[in-house]
Order: sequence, then C-alpha cells, then structure tokens
Amino acid sequence: MVDGIRTGDERAFVLLLERHQGAMLRLARFYVASEATAEDVVQETWIAILGGINGFDGRSSLKTWMYRILTNRAKSIGVRERKSLPDGALVALEVDRSERAVPADRFLDLLDSSWPGHWRQPPLEWERKSGGRNGASIAQVVLEAIDALSPVQKVVITLRDIECWSAAEVCNVLELSETNQRVLLHRARSKVRQHLETNFRDAREE
Amino acid sequence: MTATDDLPCQELVELVNDFLEGLLDLETRSRFERHLDGCPPCAAYVEQMRQTIAITGRVDATTLSPRARLRLLETFRDWASTGDATLSRVDGQE
Repeated sequence: MVDGIRTGDERAFVLLLERHQGAMLRLARFYVASEATAEDVVQETWIAILGGINGFDGRSSLKTWMYRILTNRAKSIGVRERKSLPDGALVALEVDRSERAVPADRFLDLLDSSWPGHWRQPPLEWERKSGGRNGASIAQVVLEAIDALSPVQKVVITLRDIECWSAAEVCNVLELSETNQRVLLHRARSKVRQHLETNFRDAREE
Repeated sequence: MTATDDLPCQELVELVNDFLEGLLDLETRSRFERHLDGCPPCAAYVEQMRQTIAITGRVDATTLSPRARLRLLETFRDWASTGDATLSRVDGQE
C-alpha cells in the first residue's frame, strides 16, 4: 500500500485514508476542541505523511509512524487552542480508583446478613433483536452511549472496540499505562452496557 | 459457604473486563468461573458485556465530511503530480 501511494496510485491512498479515518478523527478530537478542528488535524497529518512517505524506512510500523505524526499535530493545535486541561491531567482525573464500574446501589450492602454484595435486582433481560426507544437502531443507542462518555473513555473504547486496536497500540499512542487503559475500557464498556439495558427496558415499555 | 460468598457479585463485576480479556490470574479466574456457575444474574451480566462489545464492534466508524475528504484527495493529487503536499495547506488559525 505504501508503494502504491509512492507511485501516485489514488486508490491506494483512498484505501489507507478510509481505513484510518475513524481512528484519526477520534484521536484528533481527543486533543482539540471541535470536529472541524479534528478534520484540520487529519488534513495536516496527511500532508506530513505524504511529505515523509518517500523517506519512511519501515523501522517503526507505518501505523505507529502515522499516529505519532497525528498526535504531535493534535497536541500542538490543542495547546494553541488553550484547552482547559492538558491530556495527562485529564487522564489522572479519570482514573480515580474508588469509582466503580457498576454503581453500588445495584447491590445489597456488604454488611447484609443474607446476601452481602449480591445483586439487588438482576440485570434486566434483554432480547438481542430488539431495537432501542422510538425504533432507534442498536447502533444508534451504542453511539449515544459512547457520546456521553468522558473524552478519555470515549477515545479508548472507540480505538479498542470500534477500530479494533490492541491494548498495546492504545497505550502507546495515548501514553497510558496498561492498568489505566484497562480501567478506562472497563468503565466505558460498563456504561455502554448500562445504556443498552436502560434502552431495552424503555423500548419494552412502549 | 457457597462459591458466591467467596467473591461477591459486587466485586465480580469489577473484574469482568479482565476476565473477558483473559487477564485474570489462574486462581482468580477459577473463583470467577465458579461464581458464574452458581449465579445466574452474574452470568447474565457477563453475557451482556460480551454482547455489548460485539454490538459496539459492529458500529460504523466515523467518516470524514465530504469537504474534508475532497480536500485530502486534492492534497494527494497535488503531491502525486508535483511532489508538494502543502499546496492546500490549512493556514494557521487562531
């Protein structure tokens, strides 16, 4: 594919572009203040990639190289925009270990004599084929849930579960420890599940 | 003392992600699995998490706006014909 691009093959470029647009946009968006700016970051990134591709020696993977360019661009624009918190601080705020993935009120008190720490009410059954409220598709429900997540949970779950990046790739690009990545992913997935559960319940009651 | 007392449901749900990713140590994993065997609500929860991950995986990725995509194609064409990718560069903005 790199060779295709080097010889000016537009189809090769479009393939690479389409393969990475989701991850690039989501990652850029983590650092900057708007969708429009995220698109500018992606534009700038591709300019730099094309500018450097003839000299790309393959010592790092193409993906690592491309996304390093992107995060550098995104961070400098983000700083220029003077976002309220640098990303490291955002992450630190996030990974407060006392927060639980499932709210404590779903469970009986640990001091309860008969069933300590057991479900107060079991998770609501959900039928796989049902849609959400008002005929929303399941995909829309999931996107809604993801949209409501904090920025760092949103980027982690998007890269892992939608873009299918490995944990190592996510940790590398976002400069997250393995532990923090796990915690963030777990919380994000738990919230999406919760949102689905609520939606299926509401849809049934329609 | 049942298997579920050893690992209360409230603790189990905090471990679900690690379980699904195969990251639990052997001992914790057996406790986890023993708990699931005796606890339908937790088994349902784990199954729902599996489904959540699967459903999320089927969601369409974000795409570039038509305008942004066109701009990128133009950039590529400029670069392919002139060797210069900066012709349609975004100017510094405040």
